[in-house]
Amino acid sequence: MNGTDLIAILPLLVLTVAAVVVMVAVCIRRSHLLAVWLTLLGLAAAFVSLWPAAAVAPAQVTPLLVIDGYALFYMGLIIAATFVTVILSYGYLENQEGYSEELYILILTAALGSSVLVASNHFVSFFLGLEVLSVALYAMSAYLCNRPLPLEAGIKYLVLAAVSAAFLLFGMALIYAQLGTLQFGQIAAMLISGASYEKTLIYPGLALMITGIGFKLAVVPFHMWTPDVYEGAPAPVTAFVATVSKGGMVALLLRYFYETGAYRLHRVFVVFSIIAIASMIAGNLLALLQNNVKRILAYSSIAHLGYILVAFLAGGNRAAEAVTFYLVAYFVTTLGAFGVVSVLSNGERDADSIEDYESLFWRRPVLAGIFTLMLLSLAGIPLTAGFVGKFFLIAAGSSASLWGLIFVLVVTSVVGLFYYLRILVALYRSPEETGKAAPAAVPSLSLSGSYALAGLTVLLVWIGVYPAPFLEAIQHAVSTLRLF
Amino acid sequence: MILVWLIVILMVAGILAGLTGRFSTSWPRVISLLAVSIDFVISLVLWSQNSSYVKLFPQSDWFKQVDWAWVPQYGIHFHLAMDGLSLLMIVLTFLLGIMSVLISWREIQEGVGFFHFNLMWILAGILGVFLAVDLFLFYFMWELMLVPMFFLIAIWGHERRIYAAVKFFIFTQLSGLLMLIAILALYFIHHSTTGIYSFEYQDLLGTALTPHMAMLLMLGFFVAFAVKLPMFPFHPWLPDAHTEAPTAGSVILAGLLLKTGAYGMLRFVVPLFPGSAHEFAPVAMVLGVIGIIYGAILAFGQTDLKRLVAYTSVSHLGFALVGIFAWNELALEGVLIVMIAHGISTGALFMLVGGLQERTHTREMDRLRGLWATVPVMSGVMMFFAMASIGLPGLGDFVGEFLTLLGAYRVSLGVTIAAVIGILISTLYSLKVIQRAFHGPNTHEWSLPDLGKRELLIMVPMMLILLWIGLYPQPLFNTFKPAMQKLQLYAAPKPVMTMVPGARKLPYDQNGLAETNRSEP
Repeated sequence: MNGTDLIAILPLLVLTVAAVVVMVAVCIRRSHLLAVWLTLLGLAAAFVSLWPAAAVAPAQVTPLLVIDGYALFYMGLIIAATFVTVILSYGYLENQEGYSEELYILILTAALGSSVLVASNHFVSFFLGLEVLSVALYAMSAYLCNRPLPLEAGIKYLVLAAVSAAFLLFGMALIYAQLGTLQFGQIAAMLISGASYEKTLIYPGLALMITGIGFKLAVVPFHMWTPDVYEGAPAPVTAFVATVSKGGMVALLLRYFYETGAYRLHRVFVVFSIIAIASMIAGNLLALLQNNVKRILAYSSIAHLGYILVAFLAGGNRAAEAVTFYLVAYFVTTLGAFGVVSVLSNGERDADSIEDYESLFWRRPVLAGIFTLMLLSLAGIPLTAGFVGKFFLIAAGSSASLWGLIFVLVVTSVVGLFYYLRILVALYRSPEETGKAAPAAVPSLSLSGSYALAGLTVLLVWIGVYPAPFLEAIQHAVSTLRLF
Repeated sequence: MILVWLIVILMVAGILAGLTGRFSTSWPRVISLLAVSIDFVISLVLWSQNSSYVKLFPQSDWFKQVDWAWVPQYGIHFHLAMDGLSLLMIVLTFLLGIMSVLISWREIQEGVGFFHFNLMWILAGILGVFLAVDLFLFYFMWELMLVPMFFLIAIWGHERRIYAAVKFFIFTQLSGLLMLIAILALYFIHHSTTGIYSFEYQDLLGTALTPHMAMLLMLGFFVAFAVKLPMFPFHPWLPDAHTEAPTAGSVILAGLLLKTGAYGMLRFVVPLFPGSAHEFAPVAMVLGVIGIIYGAILAFGQTDLKRLVAYTSVSHLGFALVGIFAWNELALEGVLIVMIAHGISTGALFMLVGGLQERTHTREMDRLRGLWATVPVMSGVMMFFAMASIGLPGLGDFVGEFLTLLGAYRVSLGVTIAAVIGILISTLYSLKVIQRAFHGPNTHEWSLPDLGKRELLIMVPMMLILLWIGLYPQPLFNTFKPAMQKLQLYAAPKPVMTMVPGARKLPYDQNGLAETNRSEP
């Protein structure tokens, strides 16, 4: 490891240092504001350090990490999303009892884990990143430990994630046993050239790995934890789970299956098709039955991952582009949606029942407008990022002639409209009908949360109206992915 | 550039109306009225510049256009263009837009700012649909007009508004997505044969398709437009949406949104897939005729006035469908007049029914009786538009339906006869309205204010326009003619219809129609 390598992994180093600094600072002086500022500073520094890293990219740092445009793009995305989460958490935790500072250490650690994940092209770094991320998430979900729901969420997540990690490890072990390598590049070479190799263990290995990955992505049939964790975890943490944790895993999914060429295996294709279809159908149908906004968003996220898999299955650069673009749009939208949930939450409970949103428009028109845009984006309606994202997904799918999958995508996303519209309708219901006239004094929103939401809204519309610059950046990043 | 301004003015006015709505109820109305009026004047100026087709015909396909790269990576352009067809549709849009703002002046008292925001954005979306010649942009605008319409119905509608709004949204969204798939399939097929990624209407026109594929793609487009039109059996959203919407919403739905369906068929379905459209024509025409008769019979059976008017749309737009798929000059001219005249006469009927509801708080015909005694002017105006709806010679609807039938007669006698029966039934329901609600003794002892100045300001111009179309429709035909000839040229049978690898689209400059000049004229 030399100086260049250190520059290449500078973003990871900065994140690590930031976590330590915040920890030390908390020991010296407990101040919520100080912890937030240090965290934001650390994240900003990490974001800035992407440029020196980009200057030396692509670089293979030790056999474990590859710092290329793709990894750096996703790191940027993760860091930015973490930044927003921290801002949202500040406003949210100000209303809560108990200590707030430790959450930021956990958030930084989780961001680090996710960043390692997107830069890994080796089973070891894959697993390391995953565990760093997961362990931080256990604690984050149960952060408000004097309430029952977060505790339940934390325990559930802990048990299931641990089991899935075991599956993943076993799968890796099987593949290693067969091929004798842990590196994605070498696996690719062996999968293609190795007609003479005994391949009996490859498929079981892949199947077990898909189980582990599928759990993290929360696709059907590995989705059981999602609604409970989404509902139980504090709203900003839910936003984090939905974006940073899943996004990191999708990035890895693309890299792993594209760089090893495993997505070309017919059985893998079939398995992912089934998972995608099941996720789209189950996610959208189950969301119809929910009355809790966080649970609705949980099921809708299952469906969205199904949509992403459709483009993933198309394979090739265009598909990777479409997936990445969709993720960017999804990050913005999800952060915005949970952002609205968290600014409306108070010290006692999260604002997660549909009733909390009834007549919101007549009480807080701007906030309701933002939430409307986020929901429309999730539903894929023009002027929002979600529309362009969905368009690219469908385009990727049709370029590979995956008509069956696209048809399911289209039909299920229409089913999805029902529950988005349900929330929308509640937002605009007239106050006389619901008996929720404007209260005499409207509690003001946290300033930080408002800024974050305003920024996200602008971004959402910008991506939705003029996606070309974003697409160009994504194309540039994805082109460094070595497709096999 | 002027085309962009037309849209931008509406969008900005919408935002301003939304903002000023927080402290005032009159600002949003004034701003919206001003914006639509400015646009209306601009569109009239454009029309007067381009009214004679002889002047501009050979030089360019479009009167005006603007073409910017939007997402160059996917070959997506922000390409708006205007020919005679879109010009007339735009003039209609602004005309009905002004009327909608005026008619809502008193009706809407809650959330005035947001109401006008939605109104302006619907108009902007509709405008985009009529102007877009990049298929991605077209789809974008197509979807854009849905959301504000949804809000319009769901917030300011009547009793079952939420049910109606959701139904409307789901129907149009599903059919729209089918069209999106067809657009994308066309895009990739075009790429595979020519190597060019393009959503451009002119590029995609001559795409070589296998007959089977062409039929599938044609159906994808067709369904989206048939739902909007609405064609039997895709019409169930219509009566609910029209009935539950506030008056301005019903006017825009009937007057403009339905026309986007007919416009889409004219502009896209037949020219893009001439072969399969020709093959499919008998089915479409029969469905159109079923719509004419079925809509008329159901209209006759209604007791809710607004619902009755809604069903007449199903009936009248059936003529548009028949005419489009008859695809000859007479029929197409008829379709154009049907579109415009129906927009005006049905729009006016909805406004009158809305006015009645405002005064009496009911739409049930049985509760209204003998209104002529108390509101003679209103009843007279109602009579006028009911007669227009019947197809009384001298009024716009007659010209449209007559020409459509003439055109259809050349294609199929059976269809024409059946469609005429539809006209007959329209007499029944129109007379029923007049007889039940306006004639007879005033048994419920209604005592109502007659049409006010504002309402007369709306009604009189619409009556005059309808008369004008009925007596002297030639200016419309003149404007429409070059556009129609172009469409017919695109749809003319082409020698190369089978899949030939590497086949390029046919040049259409053989008839003096040069390739579009991609720069702003």
